[in-house]
Amino acid sequence: MTVTRDLSPVSGGDNAALPGLQVELARDEPMRLDSGQSIGPFTAAYTTCGDLNSDKSNAVLVCHALTGDQYVLENNPVTGKPGWWELMVGPGKPLDTDRYFIICVNVLGGCLGSTGPRDINSDTGELWGLDFPVITIGDMVRAQALLLDHMGIDQLFCVIGGSMGAMQVLEWASKYSERVFSAVPIAGAARHSAQNIAFHEVGRQAIMADPDWRKGNYLREGVNPKGGLSVARMAAHITYLSETALHRKFGRRLQARDAISFGFDADFQVESYLRHQGSTFVERFDANSYLYITRAMDYFDLAAEHDGVLAGAFEGTTVRFCIISFNSDWLFPTEESREVVRALNAVAANVSFVEIDTDKGHDAFLLEEPEFYATVSGFLEGAAEHRGLTAK
Amino acid sequence: MKTDYSGTAPQIPGVSTLSRRDLEIIADMIDQGSRVLDVGCGNGALLDYLGRNKGVDGRGIELSQAGVNACVAHGLSVIQGDADTDLEHYPDDAFDFVVLTRTLQATRNPREVVSHLVRIGRHAIVSFTNFGHWRVRIEMMFGGRMPVVGEDGASWYDTPNIHLCTIGDFSTLCDDLGLRVQRALSLSHSGSARELKSAGAAANIRGEEAIFVLTRE
Repeated sequence: MTVTRDLSPVSGGDNAALPGLQVELARDEPMRLDSGQSIGPFTAAYTTCGDLNSDKSNAVLVCHALTGDQYVLENNPVTGKPGWWELMVGPGKPLDTDRYFIICVNVLGGCLGSTGPRDINSDTGELWGLDFPVITIGDMVRAQALLLDHMGIDQLFCVIGGSMGAMQVLEWASKYSERVFSAVPIAGAARHSAQNIAFHEVGRQAIMADPDWRKGNYLREGVNPKGGLSVARMAAHITYLSETALHRKFGRRLQARDAISFGFDADFQVESYLRHQGSTFVERFDANSYLYITRAMDYFDLAAEHDGVLAGAFEGTTVRFCIISFNSDWLFPTEESREVVRALNAVAANVSFVEIDTDKGHDAFLLEEPEFYATVSGFLEGAAEHRGLTAK
Repeated sequence: MKTDYSGTAPQIPGVSTLSRRDLEIIADMIDQGSRVLDVGCGNGALLDYLGRNKGVDGRGIELSQAGVNACVAHGLSVIQGDADTDLEHYPDDAFDFVVLTRTLQATRNPREVVSHLVRIGRHAIVSFTNFGHWRVRIEMMFGGRMPVVGEDGASWYDTPNIHLCTIGDFSTLCDDLGLRVQRALSLSHSGSARELKSAGAAANIRGEEAIFVLTRE
């Protein structure tokens, strides 16, 4: 596949210049999607850290969230910032790269190297745009499974992720339980709630209302719906925090001024912060990708194909689960995690469940929360012992 | 840089020994390699011991979040939950042993809890403080005050122990539920255990603590 663009996902460039690894999957046979359509061949862009051991038993798949990417530890080539989970992954960290082989893949439909709506459809030679098939969490995981086939890894020691990453973890544990030894879904849910679908719809409408969106054809027309995508990000960003955290961080403090302006400038620090979040986000993310990935989350409902009985998704599972939630997370509240725990108990699965006390909201899984990391560390230690992975 | 996370969670006492006499006795009752659910597992001492010394596949439920976090951070499979509300989600015969130590008195509906224990497990092991013990009787008779029992020494108004019973009371409950008492032991103050032939008056007076092994008839 020859796509020319630079590193930034919002302008033309070259995928080959992205650090990390890329592989073309589904070459011989297209991959079937939940929608009934097929895709293939397609590119999976991923990074690895640590070493795969001789019997390939120490692989850990990290599943990223909605706007995450494969740069879990190494610096993000677009933003130049450190990997998004460097608190979790690295030497001596809970996902110890001296011990485990960490894999993180940009999701199918993403915009940092894996095939998505901003790429060229090799069948037509045209940009995908909205012709890109609607994908699901199941499709993302199916693509990851193909990557593992390619790498010759039969079973993951652990699959772990927060938010949309947690959805992928649950999908993995349900659909490929024999390929998963342990699973750590963090701040997630077995289905997207009505409230969360509603928030996503606000974001999508903001993008589609931007005149530069051009019915999804903006790349072809040389424009970018930055305003819409930025508003989508601002609205979403609020849901990742908590009222307490916002208040602690900003209160009603004014931004670089002594008095309110009686206008619509960013008088308040919180406004300035959100605008900054929006404007930096549009430099690293593709608007159509945002539509596709939010849709994938909305469609996620693990119980649906088991007549609404979530326990049916885990029947006979041998996976060791560690479910983690944060008590100030109102986007994926603890009750959602508890529902997964109840379903796992109903099939007598091996499950741990910890609710972390924090005021940092949904984003807590990316932030400094010692008890959270101690939990993951301890759980993995126990799982490694059962898997026969000795400490280095 | 290596980060040491062990300091953030309370240590589990005794890897190879148990500090509580009732837990020692219960650990002896549990078969090698069996599946065990510890309801109200606290800091996970029993589960940890059983995992290391008896190859047990152990799970725990604990009400206190601090207890749960400590357990999971030590590699034990424990969930935050409540014996009164969460046992109903477990399937029948999911475990070989379901253990409830010094917890029954803090449940809202002990009768329901005991029914679930014998449904979920092939055996239920229940330990509790005997309120028929002579020391308790004397305190009531001569002190005229509610006896303060249990590790926390809490007064009547703030104790979590709301359903206290005697060995005699518990035997009656087992009869009412149609359960078979496979074994019953009473523990003296010094920790010596004695098999209870029946829930006779003597046992009900001498035993400071009791351990019952129950099965469905």
